[in-house]
Amino acid sequence: MCLSIPVRIESIDGIMAEVSAGGAIFKAGLHMIENAKVGDYILLHAGFAIQKISAKEAAETLQILKEMDDSLNE
Amino acid sequence: MKYIDEYRDKGLIMKLADQIGKSVRRDYTFMEVCGGHTAAIHRFGIPSLLPGNVKLISGPGCPVCVTGTDFIDKSIAYSKMEEVIITTFGDLIRVPGSTSSLEKEKAAGADIRIVFSGLEALEIARSNSEKKVIFLGIGFETTAPGTAVTIKLAEKDNIKNFFLLSAHKVMPPAMEAIIKEGVNLDGFICPGHVATITGSKVFNFIPEKFNLGCVITGFEPADILQSILMLILQVNRNTPKVEIQYNRAVTDKGNIIAQRHLSQIFEPCDEQWRGLGVIRGSGLKLRKEYEKFDAEKIIPVRIKFREEDVLCICGDILRGLKTPENCSLFAKKCVPENPAGACMVSNEGSCNTWYKYKLIK
Ligand code: SF4
Repeated sequence: MCLSIPVRIESIDGIMAEVSAGGAIFKAGLHMIENAKVGDYILLHAGFAIQKISAKEAAETLQILKEMDDSLNE
Repeated sequence: MKYIDEYRDKGLIMKLADQIGKSVRRDYTFMEVCGGHTAAIHRFGIPSLLPGNVKLISGPGCPVCVTGTDFIDKSIAYSKMEEVIITTFGDLIRVPGSTSSLEKEKAAGADIRIVFSGLEALEIARSNSEKKVIFLGIGFETTAPGTAVTIKLAEKDNIKNFFLLSAHKVMPPAMEAIIKEGVNLDGFICPGHVATITGSKVFNFIPEKFNLGCVITGFEPADILQSILMLILQVNRNTPKVEIQYNRAVTDKGNIIAQRHLSQIFEPCDEQWRGLGVIRGSGLKLRKEYEKFDAEKIIPVRIKFREEDVLCICGDILRGLKTPENCSLFAKKCVPENPAGACMVSNEGSCNTWYKYKLIK
């Protein structure tokens, strides 16, 4: 139920978008996000886009994890 | 897939597990509140990657599991009405009420339809104007804004045969109730998708009032492990605070538009939780202006009050006091194909995940 999956916006028609994840296509209501564009990744939950995924933050988190070392414990 | 595969990278996961191993100084117990986390933790075998002194326990965050028997009984009473169509998320239909389930009623001929969103339920109302269509609204802050949008659309298009039976809930009061129960905890793995909507700020009271750390966590294995590491470091340094691990989707303020939808349509109410009883201000009911969509106001039903099943210990499991193994019915009289209690129904329920990933190899 609280499952929300990252999906890519493929097309937008008014307030509704078609989104894809792993080849499957779903519909997503865009009533809760602003300035959605084709190519954006959003979190899809129970038929609605609940948030845009920040590519910048995602890259930063991964970078931090990759650089993680024993300095954490000092 | 993007935003999934990167966080399942084996090297990264082993590195995190290694860091956790090097960081532990004592025993730690963390509660994952969200059912989505419970499912992910077992699916990815997270406990097997943790040192023995790091324990994870599940909390009250599976919406299907915390929905009380009286809500199911009420839904069943509605489903028996000739002119009513029930629309619901799939999991709910298998939850046992006190004498039946929606699934059994459906098999016996009741018009009960599974939908993936409120919008689909609204479509069913549009195309069945001679019927009353009742949408069973369950879920936390993640799901409730979608219901709010649906009610707004019903209002805008003047749809008079669409009704909501709301068991929507909000998470922070339940977390406070758990802390006050005295469950032994060192911190919370906070629900990432609830926080997507609410922002991290709604959890600030937990370190401030109760001195417990909170890390808002994503749903992939690297997310969960990184959060556990962050919680361990908070405990070691005695610096409990709210941190966001899942910052690709969560901010301090959250989704303001969704919050606006929520507050325009709903107001807080006291709400019944399976296992936790009634928690003040933990539910969402329709505001007065939208009462014409409130199933309970417009189409009243009566149900007999019944005690919860005495053998099922879902209530204690949802409070973090027991695990499924402590239940005499677990994996015997209670299995996913034939659940005796709510926690065995949903993929996010503790009993269901235990059955799938622990007991049955
Ligand atoms: S195993 Fe079944 S009966 Fe036992 S606590 Fe879990 S859901 Fe309830």
